[in-house]
Amino acid sequence: MSLRLDHLAWSVDGRVILDGVDCTPPRGALTGLLGPNGAGKSTLLRLVVGAQRPDQGHAVLDDVDLLGLPRRDRARRVALVEQEATTTSPLTVREAVLLGRTPHASRWGGFSARDLSVAATALAEAGIGHFAERRLSTLSGGERQRVHLARALAQEPDLLLLDEPTNHLDVHAQLDTLAVVGGLTARGVTVVAALHDLNLAAAACDHLVLLRAGRVVATGSVEEVLRPEVIEPVYGVRCLVLTHPETGRPVLTFTAR
Amino acid sequence: MTDRAPTRRPAPRGLPTWAAMTGAGVLLLASLTLAVTVGPADIAPTDVWRSLGHHLAVALGAAPPGPDPTLGLLRDGIVWELRLPRVLTAAAVGAGLGVAGAVMQSLTRNPLADPYLLGLSSGASLGAVAVLVLGVTVLLPVAAFAGAVLALVAALSLAGSLGTLTPARTVLAGLAVAQLCAAATSFVIFWSATGDSYREILSWLMGSLGGATWGSVSIAGTAVLLLGPVLLANARTLDAFAFGDTAAAALGIGVARTRWSLLTVVALLTGGLVAVSGSIGFVGLILPHAVRLVVGAGHRRLLPLTALLGASFLVWADTVARTVFAPRELPVGIVTAFLGAPVFAFLLWQRRSSSGDLA
Repeated sequence: MSLRLDHLAWSVDGRVILDGVDCTPPRGALTGLLGPNGAGKSTLLRLVVGAQRPDQGHAVLDDVDLLGLPRRDRARRVALVEQEATTTSPLTVREAVLLGRTPHASRWGGFSARDLSVAATALAEAGIGHFAERRLSTLSGGERQRVHLARALAQEPDLLLLDEPTNHLDVHAQLDTLAVVGGLTARGVTVVAALHDLNLAAAACDHLVLLRAGRVVATGSVEEVLRPEVIEPVYGVRCLVLTHPETGRPVLTFTAR
Repeated sequence: MTDRAPTRRPAPRGLPTWAAMTGAGVLLLASLTLAVTVGPADIAPTDVWRSLGHHLAVALGAAPPGPDPTLGLLRDGIVWELRLPRVLTAAAVGAGLGVAGAVMQSLTRNPLADPYLLGLSSGASLGAVAVLVLGVTVLLPVAAFAGAVLALVAALSLAGSLGTLTPARTVLAGLAVAQLCAAATSFVIFWSATGDSYREILSWLMGSLGGATWGSVSIAGTAVLLLGPVLLANARTLDAFAFGDTAAAALGIGVARTRWSLLTVVALLTGGLVAVSGSIGFVGLILPHAVRLVVGAGHRRLLPLTALLGASFLVWADTVARTVFAPRELPVGIVTAFLGAPVFAFLLWQRRSSSGDLA
C-alpha cells in the first residue's frame, strides 16, 4: 500500500520529457526526487497531480489509479505545492488556505464549519495561525511558502507533492518547512519532494529517486543513491561523500571534473 | 508550530458583506432615480417613482393606458420614454461590463484584462454594425455575440502563438484585434451610410447610450440577469484560479474547459451589452480593481458588488456625457476613458515595482 508510478511517459512537440518512469515511493515517508535541471522532476509531479495528461502510464495510490479518477476526487487525495505560485489577487492568508477546501466544499454554497476548522488546523500546523488575516503580499518568501503548504494541508491529501519546497528559502525557513513535512509523514501522509539540494535530501529524505533525462537511474535509500559512482555521471561533477559526525547521514561535496 | 487559530468565518476586509451590498444597492437605487431627474426639464425624484408606479399599474391592467395623468404628457414622456430606458440601459451595461472584466481578469490572471482591451467589445461592435447595415436588426445581439467570440479567440490565439499568455502579450494581441475590428466597423459604416456617418462611427467606437430604448433595456438587462448568475455560480472555481493553472488543476478544476466555457459566457454577455451601447471602455477594467480594494478577492463578494457599483458608475458617467455640453452629447466612452486611462496607467506603474514582469 503505497504510491506506485507505473511507466509514466510524456513528451511535448516530439521532445521526450519523461521516458517511462517507474518507482514506488513508500507510504508515510519523504521521498526525494532528484536530478539535474531538465531531468523531468517538475513534469513528473504535474502528471501525478493531474495538471497534465501523460501519454501513457499510471500513478497508483493505495490500489487506485489516480489518473483515472474524476478531478475533484483526485484533488481530495493529492495536493501539490508548486515552486513559485504567485498571485495578483489581494488574498489574505486564511483565504489562500481555504482555497485548499475547493475539492471538498460544496460547489455553490459557502464553506462549511468543517471546511473552516480544517483550514484553521492547517494554518496552525504550518505555524501561520497568528497572521491568518494578513495579505499574502505582505509576507516574506518563507512565510508565503508555509501558506502554500497550509493550502495543500487543507486539501487533507494522502499524497503531498512538493516542487522545490525549499528553493529561495534561508536555512531556518528550510528547516521549518521540513519540520512541517516531518509531522505529515509521521501521521501516514506520503510525501514526494523534488529537490535540487542533495545535502538537504541526504539529511531529510527517507527514500530517493534519481532522474536523468526522463528516466529513473537510481532509486532506494539515501545511502544507496548518494554514492559517488551514482552521482558523478548524472551531474557531471566529482563528488566526495562524507559522514555527518552527529546524524551519521551522508554529506556531499562537489568539485568540477 | 503549534499555535492554534480560532475557527471562525474569514473576516471580510473593511466592510461586512451585507453592509457593502446594502450600501451599493441603495446607491444604485438613488443613482437611478436622481439621474433621471438631471437634465433640461423640471423633474423631481418622486415624479420618477410616480411614473414608474403608473406604468406598472398599466401593465398590470390596474390603470388606463397612456401617460401618467398627474405628470402630464410631456414630463411623463421624458421620464418614461427618454430618460428611464437610458438610465436603466446604462445600469445594465455598467453592471455587465464590470462583471465581465472581473471574470476575465481572474481567468487570464491578467489585471489588465477587460472586454474592451482584449478586443471583445470591438468585435461585438463590428458584428452589430454588419447586421445593421444588412438590415437584419433581429440578429443584432447574436451578431454582436459572434463578433465578441471571434475577437476573443483571435486575441487569445494570437497572444498564445507568441508564447505564454503574459499580460503584456495578451493586451497587445487584444489591441491588434481591437484596432482591426474598429477599422472594419468604421469602414462598413462609412461605406454604407449616407448621412452623418462620423457621429455613428464615433458612437460605436467610443460607446453611446443616446439611442437607448426599452428594447435596449431588455437586451442588456436579459444578458446581465441571465448570464450574471451563471458567472456568480462559478465563484468558487474562479477563486481557485488565483495561483495559476497548475494550482487550479491541483484543486480539481478542469482548467481549459472552465476557461473557455466561462470566457464564452463573458463574450455572450459582452455581445448583449455592446449591441445596445457600442464599445464602452475601462468600466470592466477599473470597477473590479476598485471593488477588490474594498472587499478583497473572493468572487462571491466581488462579482455582485462589482455589478452594483458598475451600474451606478455608468449611470453617472452617462449623465455627465449627456449634460456637460448639452444639448450636444459626448459619447459616454470618452467620459469613462478620462476616468479609466489614468487607472490603467496606475496599474502598469504598480506592476513595475512588483516582480511581475509585463513582457
